Amino acid sequence: MLTINYFASIREALGKSQEQLELPSGVKSVADLIAHLAAGSTRFRALIENEGKILVAVNQTVVGRAHLLFEHDEIAFFPPMTGG
Amino acid sequence: MITVQFEDFDIGEEYAALRKQAGDAGAIVTFTGLVRELNATSSSDKIRSLTLEHYPGMTERCLADITAQANTRWQLLSTRIIHRVGALQAGDQIVFVGTASAHRHHAFESAQFIMDYLKSEAPFWKKQTSTADSHWVESRDSDAEAIARWQKSK
Repeated sequence: MLTINYFASIREALGKSQEQLELPSGVKSVADLIAHLAAGSTRFRALIENEGKILVAVNQTVVGRAHLLFEHDEIAFFPPMTGG
Repeated sequence: MITVQFEDFDIGEEYAALRKQAGDAGAIVTFTGLVRELNATSSSDKIRSLTLEHYPGMTERCLADITAQANTRWQLLSTRIIHRVGALQAGDQIVFVGTASAHRHHAFESAQFIMDYLKSEAPFWKKQTSTADSHWVESRDSDAEAIARWQKSK
């Protein structure tokens, strides 16, 4: 089971802060997961197409789109940080 | 020590704690970030409040990693990071960074390094509410440039 967290503008656009799903067959990387989520949700697709930069963290570390996913990974989507 | 909290902090207490922990520190640098009452979209439109969201768990890991990096670059006796989350008003204290070292350059530079990395890499997001509207703050290129400067000087 993957846990996916959404933060800030991404959370608001999707109307949810977290979801869980079985690692879909054929989903090997972050890029695959993005394609899978976009295929299943118009909101997610619109976000990917229109929102500027979206960062992805796997197990609380920011990674690139080619990063490989495994069962029980904690994934997060969020905009560039603006703390401080 | 790293703390993410809703409550305000007292820089006098934090300075005293750093001084106690650091033993024979020759220099303590403290930085406090405040919520500015920025003009939002027009001169009459002022920022009234700010809401800070973060990624619990990743935030603490990220700040610990930044502190560890600072400790490899400078000789530090103690460091302190406090970042507030939740609802804040213009003028409120938002972030505190304190560094203690035997040498002032180490304390000055490491405090700036920690703030620069915190701004670009720690998972905090600001949503500001002005008299006109409410929107998520956009990241600035200058924050990424501040990081690039440290990487060049490594």
